[in-house]
Amino acid sequence: MIEVKNLTKKFGDFVAVDDITFSVNEGEIFAFLGPNGAGKTTTIKIFTTLLLPTNGQVLVNGFDPVKQPDDVRCSFGIIFQDQSLDDELTAFENMEFHGVLYGVPKDTRRKRIEELLKIVELWDRKDNLVKEFSGGMKRRLEIARGLLHHPKVIFLDEPTLGLDPQTRNHIWSYIIDLNKKEGITVFFTTHYMEEAERVAGRIAIIDHGKIIAQGSPQDLKNQTNTTSLEDAFLALTGKTIRDEGGTAVERQRIRNRVWRR
Amino acid sequence: MKQLVRVVYILWLRQVKRYYRSKPRMIGSLGQPVLFLVALGFGFGPIYQKAGGGNYIEFLAPGIIAMSIIFTAMFTGIEVIYDRQFGFLKETLVAPVPRWSIMLGRTLGGATVATLQGVIVFIIALFIGFRPEIAAQSLLALAFMILVAIFFTAFGTAIASRLEDMQAFPLIINFLIMPLFFLSGALFPVETVTGALHTVISFNPLSYGVDGIRGALTGQIHFGFTSDFTFLIIVTLAVLAIGTYLFSKVEV
Repeated sequence: MIEVKNLTKKFGDFVAVDDITFSVNEGEIFAFLGPNGAGKTTTIKIFTTLLLPTNGQVLVNGFDPVKQPDDVRCSFGIIFQDQSLDDELTAFENMEFHGVLYGVPKDTRRKRIEELLKIVELWDRKDNLVKEFSGGMKRRLEIARGLLHHPKVIFLDEPTLGLDPQTRNHIWSYIIDLNKKEGITVFFTTHYMEEAERVAGRIAIIDHGKIIAQGSPQDLKNQTNTTSLEDAFLALTGKTIRDEGGTAVERQRIRNRVWRR
Repeated sequence: MKQLVRVVYILWLRQVKRYYRSKPRMIGSLGQPVLFLVALGFGFGPIYQKAGGGNYIEFLAPGIIAMSIIFTAMFTGIEVIYDRQFGFLKETLVAPVPRWSIMLGRTLGGATVATLQGVIVFIIALFIGFRPEIAAQSLLALAFMILVAIFFTAFGTAIASRLEDMQAFPLIINFLIMPLFFLSGALFPVETVTGALHTVISFNPLSYGVDGIRGALTGQIHFGFTSDFTFLIIVTLAVLAIGTYLFSKVEV
């Protein structure tokens, strides 16, 4: 479903993604793990046509995001790491906007909007403006929106960040259900290792832009002689805290600005 | 095809809803045109009359209507930068829809808002003493207002798609709007201007917009309806194409 060959992305002289190669099979739940600033979001942005790669080849559902962006866009759904809602619209309008953009027929759209907003417990707030929502509510709405159309592959960039265990559970069981019933491939990043261990069939770990390990959760534990994924992750990536220094794009922005002066 | 119409419609609807919900924006953008209309209209009116130009308000009102449109239209572009800043741009950019439909939807939304502002200024002008001679041609004036609105919204949106800096945008837009407005025949008759200045004026899209609106409302016309219409259509299509291209290159 996703093929990555020697993918590199540079921002100026900063290498965000450094010559990575891996693949994700159809129908798989694949976790893409790594410390802050490791290159996870940059990689997802390249998959989803939001950034152009510097080097290397990517195929999503058999299409090249550089040469066939429209075909790629028809193939995936995404839940972004940072906010992507329209604050001035209501929850329902945000859902409706998304559904129309993705060509979900009206009956299905209305049915799914109700179903999804009930899952994330926002149905009774559907007519409130998003700017009145708390951070957690916005997050839940974004997840509901991302699941509104049923694509071939869904990218979830830290989907459950800042959510309580109840909501996380609801959301994951919905996603796993989608995966089983409709065969949707799931590609997600997270910092919750127990979450990755529980739901992911396979995992790749990226650090400093390079893939340093991949395999099933059990493989990774075996490789590192550890008993939990968290320990395996720490053994592979070290225990020092990463200074994020903003996202890769922000870095580029800052660099551009300095350059202009 | 039906799907594309729906996409353009939903993008348009979003823009209009946001405008409708922001009352301060609606009222704030009326201040400047009204000030121009009153201060210039009543200030220069007597001199204009003495010089044999006739009623200045009559001459000025179409220009100020065009001005309110160009300001609202160009500044609509800032929504692209807001959307980039607050993340919503990503949501539209990953959608499986052609880039021209995004450009067109956004443009039509902004243009609707700008045209509405123009209509409100037109109504205010009526209260101030503007008496259009040919009321029957108001619809023709509306057509020109819509064209001006579409062109300048597309122009502002195209510029915004290349900018990431929220502070820079208003500066650049002001820098562009002022010469466009002053060198358009909105404030003075183009007939009496000669030489290089006349050449500059005749390359300014707003000149044709002002000419068309004024011609329709008061019968005073310089370039002629056909020239006005043709020129505006050509530049509008060109800027929509450029804007679509720029949108396809946006990285977030």
